[in-house]
Amino acid sequence: MLSRDLTSELQAQVQQALATKTALRIVGGKSKAFYGLPSSAQTELNVSGHQGVIAYEPSELMLRVRAGTRLIDIKSLLAEHGQMLAFEPPAFTEQATIGGTVACGFSGPRRPFTGGVRDFVLGCSFLNGKAELLHMGGQVMKNVAGFDVSRLMVGALGQLGVMLDISLRVLPIPEAELTLTYEVADIMNAVQKMQSLQGQPWPISGLAFCDGQLKIRLSGAPSAIEQAAQQLGGDREPQDETFWQELREQQSAFFGGAEPLWRISIAPATPMPELDGRWLIDWGGAQRWLKNTVPAATIHEAVAALDGTALCFRGPDKTDWLRLEPGVLSLHRQLKQAFDPEQLLNPHRFTPEL
Amino acid sequence: MSNAIITQAFINQCRTLLGKDNVISDPERLKVYECDALVALRVMPQLVVLPETVEQVQALLKLCHHHGVPVVARGAGTGLTGGSISVENGIVLGLSKMNNILALDPDNRTARVQAGVRNLAISEAAKIHGLYYAPDPSSQIACTIGGNLAQNSGGVHCLKYGLTVHNVLQIKLVTMTGELLTLGGSGLDAPGYDLLAVTIGSEGLLGIVVEATVRLLPIQPCIQVLLAAFENIEQAGTAVAAIIAGGLIPAGLELMDNAAIRVTEAFVHAGYPVDAGAILLCELDGPEAQVEADRQKAEQILKTHGAVEIRLAEAAEQRKLFWAGRKAAFPAVGRIAADYYCMDGTIPRKHLAGVLTRINQLAEALGLRVVNVFHAGDGNLHPLILYDMSIPGDYDKAELLGGQILELCVEVGGTITGEHGVGLEKLKHMCVQFSALELEQFHRLKQAFDPKQLLNPGKAIPTLHRCAEFGHMHVHQGQLPFPDLERF
Repeated sequence: MLSRDLTSELQAQVQQALATKTALRIVGGKSKAFYGLPSSAQTELNVSGHQGVIAYEPSELMLRVRAGTRLIDIKSLLAEHGQMLAFEPPAFTEQATIGGTVACGFSGPRRPFTGGVRDFVLGCSFLNGKAELLHMGGQVMKNVAGFDVSRLMVGALGQLGVMLDISLRVLPIPEAELTLTYEVADIMNAVQKMQSLQGQPWPISGLAFCDGQLKIRLSGAPSAIEQAAQQLGGDREPQDETFWQELREQQSAFFGGAEPLWRISIAPATPMPELDGRWLIDWGGAQRWLKNTVPAATIHEAVAALDGTALCFRGPDKTDWLRLEPGVLSLHRQLKQAFDPEQLLNPHRFTPEL
Repeated sequence: MSNAIITQAFINQCRTLLGKDNVISDPERLKVYECDALVALRVMPQLVVLPETVEQVQALLKLCHHHGVPVVARGAGTGLTGGSISVENGIVLGLSKMNNILALDPDNRTARVQAGVRNLAISEAAKIHGLYYAPDPSSQIACTIGGNLAQNSGGVHCLKYGLTVHNVLQIKLVTMTGELLTLGGSGLDAPGYDLLAVTIGSEGLLGIVVEATVRLLPIQPCIQVLLAAFENIEQAGTAVAAIIAGGLIPAGLELMDNAAIRVTEAFVHAGYPVDAGAILLCELDGPEAQVEADRQKAEQILKTHGAVEIRLAEAAEQRKLFWAGRKAAFPAVGRIAADYYCMDGTIPRKHLAGVLTRINQLAEALGLRVVNVFHAGDGNLHPLILYDMSIPGDYDKAELLGGQILELCVEVGGTITGEHGVGLEKLKHMCVQFSALELEQFHRLKQAFDPKQLLNPGKAIPTLHRCAEFGHMHVHQGQLPFPDLERF
């Protein structure tokens, strides 16, 4: 793995941008450029060259890496030590970086059972919009000194700072895993079955439903998951990992087709919103994918009526891709101002006002 | 910050809003609110208000915002850093009357609770559904969920189950202008910035939480505790690292040094091996087959790394006995020392042996004794510095040692506070951990939420021109406030 520290070059670029009031479009491997609104900034700030492991201590469950480090390199390094990023992030392409992953806040199928990106971020160093180099959080799990700014960076799409390095908590790879499949005809039956499973202490690490099949991934000691599998019944999946990998990377057949892809975040037991289209349920019901072409407003309203939130994950028209309550939006703008007073970093990635 | 004086007219307006029983201004009743569990720091508030509804909180904050009156939120007052004591010309807003569990949702495995609900009350209510709320700070019998949110509280089991921030889905926050915001979602995330995460652990500086939706987990069917004795603390520290590197995440992993073993054994007679240099308590939970597999692995690792004795507790009573000494560490120390300071730094585990050796050297140089208990799994260190208030200069020495210990924690890549928070107590140590630029960024963040700086001003984040000087957790003659609470 390459190791290259571009801190001073990147800081100089932000200083330059500040001096000339030129907004910056922050990029890593560009694997998630499709996400959100395109930034209005024309000048690119490329972080992908800022690479390498700063510290990795398997017995501390801690990894500190530069933001441009590729996700696949991190995964293979951790795997050598029997560890993993337990939020199971999607990469989408080999170029995906950890910085982009944290900025987008993407987590995979394991998320409801082990936690999301934000649950594993221990600290980060970043350049704010004043080109100041700041270190927030730290390298230890228990740390309540100061505001939790490093978690605030997760999902902020680079608007609050240019992340330079990130400290993450890592976890052991489960000793063994196996996947069970049930045929479930009705989608709401599947959602209900998911809830009764999650209400019991089964060693579950994945729970998804697509095309009439409910998939349960079990993780743990071989004896423990074998015992659970026997009690649960269902068919053993021969190619265990393939289903979860294709789900995580959005490579399965469901994700094909030209219709926009909507992501719905909702309380897991909630009934299905009354929306036409194809559905895939992940995260035990808490993340639901929808492929359809109905107007954005219809989707937002149907989901909001069930107390959930929808966003257009992929699609040609992002004008109404995500909605923020007025009070919450105004807090976003004040925070943006607090970190980036000249509005230099990835402006307008969320909405025309943000 | 405002210098507005609380006037009789203002007090009358509060009474109109809340009813006169919920507005306290007589010194007798105010005295209860003079301090939190850090009794060394006392400020008599001028006014305490106890709203019963969200609307009342909104109206109160709007009123205070209009008059420029600072507001300090308070739950049960079990905090350890002076975070909830009054500030000059401010009021204390107690949430103790907002103590209803609003909804238990077994299907979604959540509880929606008001801020004044006690931590333990959530698990008690969820028990009939086979569910519980995981974060278990040692004061959980008394502390409120609102206070837990302010501090991002952990507990003995946070190595496996996380802190408050990992177990809360949504909060309702009243801003200083009286606006009610919903942060987080009904699912596992919400669009936009993670405002929920930054609000948790913000020590009442950003808004007042009136309601929270917390995640509930299924109660695990099997729990076992191992007690392993080692000849010295280095071996115990190495064993901890080996357990983690071996792929185990125990539910709890606690370490005590010889001084702590002796002190607690004399107090609770848990049957600890008093000649051991250190003991490790390792709790494993999960499905029975998983616990069995983990136990075998853990025993093997402990033996390989020099454990001279390993005991297993399977039955609940025996587990309780194993834990009894650890949980009694604070009161036990209170029996042998006139006074003690409890520190709360966190360090990367690999530095454990080195840091403990250095702490003992520093203590010796000052002629003080230190007893060490340690959340070994997550690196959170609680050195208890023994001293005697009645000996002139002893207090200053203890405070000096405390500061040296926290600086040592920062030096090895750790932090000045793992779970107790900053409050007033650790303000000056914040200057050791953070640069001026970082502190300024914190202040700008606060201003984004609270432009007039009326929410708990002067706490948690020190001003640049003056790092205030305060003491540490001060316990006189073993008398803790809330003496019945476990402290670990």
